[in-house]
Amino acid sequence: MPDGAKTIRIEVLRYQPGERQEPYAEVFEIPFTHDMSVLEGLQYVKDNLDGSLTYRWSCRMAICGSCGMMIDGKPRLACRTFLRDFEGTVRVEALAHFPIERDLVVDASDFVEKLPRIRPWIEARAPRDLAQGEYLQTPDELARYEQFSHCINCMLCYAACPQYGLDPKFIGPGLIALLHRYNQDSRDAAAGKRNELVHADEGVWSCTAVGYCSEVCPKQVDPASAVNRNKTASALDWFARFLPGRG
Amino acid sequence: MKRSSQPVFWLLFGAGGMLSALLGAALVFVTGIAGPLGWLGRDLMGYPHMLAVARNPLGKAFALAVVSLFLWHAAHRIYHSLHDLGLRTGPLAWLACYGVALAATLAAGVALLSLGF
Amino acid sequence: MVRRTYTRPMEGWWRRDPFFVRYMAREATSLFVELYALILLAGVVSLARGPAAYEAWLAWLASPFAILLHVLLFFVFAYHTLSWFRIMPKTMPPVVVAGRAVGPRAITGAGVAAAVAASLAFVAVVAALAP
Repeated sequence: MPDGAKTIRIEVLRYQPGERQEPYAEVFEIPFTHDMSVLEGLQYVKDNLDGSLTYRWSCRMAICGSCGMMIDGKPRLACRTFLRDFEGTVRVEALAHFPIERDLVVDASDFVEKLPRIRPWIEARAPRDLAQGEYLQTPDELARYEQFSHCINCMLCYAACPQYGLDPKFIGPGLIALLHRYNQDSRDAAAGKRNELVHADEGVWSCTAVGYCSEVCPKQVDPASAVNRNKTASALDWFARFLPGRG
Repeated sequence: MKRSSQPVFWLLFGAGGMLSALLGAALVFVTGIAGPLGWLGRDLMGYPHMLAVARNPLGKAFALAVVSLFLWHAAHRIYHSLHDLGLRTGPLAWLACYGVALAATLAAGVALLSLGF
Repeated sequence: MVRRTYTRPMEGWWRRDPFFVRYMAREATSLFVELYALILLAGVVSLARGPAAYEAWLAWLASPFAILLHVLLFFVFAYHTLSWFRIMPKTMPPVVVAGRAVGPRAITGAGVAAAVAASLAFVAVVAALAP
């Protein structure tokens, strides 16, 4: 290390299932510069101090959603969190509310399994052929769903949501926001099928409006809004279904 | 997937929450501070005046709404908080929470109706 | 290579972050709403029982303990008002007024303002109708 280089300690919650039964903390002291992210800090550790350190990453620019982890107890993207913002020691741990696979890698299979269940695709109102050309959408129609389309599936909202942590049967904030994105798209006609999930206990009714999901979302998707708006709609639908003229 | 039974309770929770958010503090001030301390007149909460209020249809409805909706709001929140604290929320917990709201609604309704108009 | 995932316990989750502590404080206001409603219920039931029963309830209400309790209740209800209108915007679809979107802080402000107005109106009506 060059003389006078600033150093910082990264305390990682290690978990190596073949070697030890339980997770354990390990501290690495690394040099850092003003522009280094936590991800780059982990890369320094892996490259220079301990090659066995395991973590996910890809784009390093907050768009792929791979590097989500708990940094000083808060769900954050490692590539977008900077070492300069911490004093002395940064505590790093695998994303909360998911089983730890190894070190900072979680078992995300619950999220992946749920993803197709919300039907994250456009189901057209009627069959459409190429001669009809592209769909036209006004700026207002786009505005109805655009923010919810910004989700990068990073799962920080799942780490933020205590209801998901307490009961993983909950569909969860991110997927309900994505579900809402498709329901709100003027090209789509499958809201009826998706709302079966919305109306269930595992749907919006597991949410208690903690709101931390929207706080931690790196893309300002505001999943709390998507879930809680659908509570109002779901509650009204509970009564509306008895009205004549409904299916 | 089975439809949740939550909506009814959530709407009651919302109604009670809204009513208490708008008037709760003021009600506490009137009935619990200003009233007993005589700041709005010594006879404000006296038996004759309160009887007259309870006999008035609007007064009756308001009193029932406050007691009932506040308790439905609290029941729903307390029940879900038990779950948040990691306690098992089986039928006994459900009854302890919502049962109080139901019993109170009935008790208040009976008491207010017994006073006549 | 062994594959054995590790599930971390949820015990004490709400103590791990100030955001969660504030959430639990918000939820805890319900205990005080319950308490106040039960005090009022006791009042309504005692009223139905007759002047003697009602005077007993009123005497308790005027006791120093009850007054202090209601001072505490007042502040808890005020916190409920604030926290209620803070979360309310999340339950609403986008609000557009005069072609412009209304943000959550404006909705919260409007809610709190409505609560203040309603409270003042309520006290005014009570004072006006006082014997």
